[in-house]
Amino acid sequence: MATSYQLKRADFIFKNENDWEQVLGKILSQNPQDLINELISSELKGRGGAGFPTGLKWKVAAEQPSDTKYVICNADEGEPGTFKDREILQRVPYKVLTAMVACAHVIGAREGFIYLRNEYWFLRNELEKVIDEFEYYCKEINLEFKIKVFMGSGAYICGEETALFESMEGKRGEPRNKPPYPTTWGYLGKPTVINNVETLAHTYTIFKYGAKKFYDLGVQYSRGTKLFSVSGDTPKPGIYELELGMSLQDFVYEFGDGDTKAVQVGGASGFLVPRKKFADTAIGYQGKLTGISLPTGGSMMLFNSSRSMYNVLDNYLEFFREESCGQCTPCRVGCQQLLIGIKAVKRAEKPASYLDKLLRLTETMQYTAKCGLGQSVANSFSSIVENFREEMIY
Amino acid sequence: MSPIQLLIKDLADKYGRNRENLLPIMQGVVEQENYLSEYSMVEIAREMDLPAAEVYGTATFYSFLEVKKMGRFIIRICKTISCAMKGKSQVVFAIQDMLKVNVGETTADGRFSLLETNCLGLCHKAPAMLINHEVYTDLTPERVREILSEYMAK
Repeated sequence: MATSYQLKRADFIFKNENDWEQVLGKILSQNPQDLINELISSELKGRGGAGFPTGLKWKVAAEQPSDTKYVICNADEGEPGTFKDREILQRVPYKVLTAMVACAHVIGAREGFIYLRNEYWFLRNELEKVIDEFEYYCKEINLEFKIKVFMGSGAYICGEETALFESMEGKRGEPRNKPPYPTTWGYLGKPTVINNVETLAHTYTIFKYGAKKFYDLGVQYSRGTKLFSVSGDTPKPGIYELELGMSLQDFVYEFGDGDTKAVQVGGASGFLVPRKKFADTAIGYQGKLTGISLPTGGSMMLFNSSRSMYNVLDNYLEFFREESCGQCTPCRVGCQQLLIGIKAVKRAEKPASYLDKLLRLTETMQYTAKCGLGQSVANSFSSIVENFREEMIY
Repeated sequence: MSPIQLLIKDLADKYGRNRENLLPIMQGVVEQENYLSEYSMVEIAREMDLPAAEVYGTATFYSFLEVKKMGRFIIRICKTISCAMKGKSQVVFAIQDMLKVNVGETTADGRFSLLETNCLGLCHKAPAMLINHEVYTDLTPERVREILSEYMAK
């Protein structure tokens, strides 16, 4: 059953609007409760991939009685196939900073951080110049708010919010147990709002044009637009802003090279969708009415029929094996054994039925791993092994 | 005071001596030295009043904080799927051939280290690499030879 939804392009995020001072002025003149309501009614969900309602996050943090609170922008973009946050910070950093100041105003924070991955060191100087402008603005209007860039040091897992806090606290980036959630117990044990770069950039649109404008885009449960990082076997790799809710079939019509065999939605921790399921797959957050709906941080990697899915899986597993923080056994040992396992099947040292054992292992990891990394290895592993079993064996 | 001790003291004065300043201080040392030697880690621990094992444990967690001696120019080539699909191996062969080192090694003159790294976030311009903080994209064996020649002249 094909959805009749067409691909709808949009241009909000990268639209250059040299009016942040007016927008911020307007935001700061409103009371925090109204801003929270605006965000909640826009139904903006976290654009890093997890999809938590942004308005709710701000609301919970605002209700905490603490004197010290933090706003953190998560720019530790490490998911394979994702590169939208770099582009946002390069082209429209003022939108992200406006949103951070707005968030500080709403929750009552006096300090903010941008956790920038080390690979994006080249963005740092320009970003700090823009921060200076904002700090000057805040000083002028007697708003006490400082923003610092905190450089990561090369660890995929630090994109996980609690691992990011650990890293900022000068420790190994090992995720914490949740709950407590960041809104009550974040950086240095203080209530913290941590948002993805793109999420913050969307709030600029919402505060400027109103929640309705944003809400009217997309489909039920998946409102608004989203940036997609398109790479792999496509004639036009790059970043595209599209309305949520599109069918993968429409996406492939637009971006495929005519020979698309499968699309990896959501990077290595996402799902691989084979050609026969394109029409039944929609891109958006899970909802009751949307059927098969895949949430994504925006990574869309296309593979054509010349690609071996075994090599793809091998590459992902090596990635996970290296990036697993090693803290919990299911993930540390699981990632190693999965990689050893598929190599053994490929070399015919293990029978094909061994793949089923490995699938059970990923299921165990899904239930027992401490954080999203170990839990989501099952996504790509099972979607590749189940759909391209023959390629794993021969 | 040795130059490294002095550097660490300056960094600690600049950032502070709390645990949350550990990463910026280690990054500051790596900026100067290209890596964290055992000596600098012990000195950081002393300056910040931390167990040396904690400093070592933290440093070894992060791929951009090397704990073995690195060359002046650290080449980090992306090996994740998008770059792997677009001919990253040929680029690595070209570099290995030109510098006469394998992945993970440093040239005998101590100028270049060749490393593979995970996704650099430049998948639409694959294959991509970093040389120190500098970004190079859309690599081919020819282009990477040109780039390295420029570095060799530096």
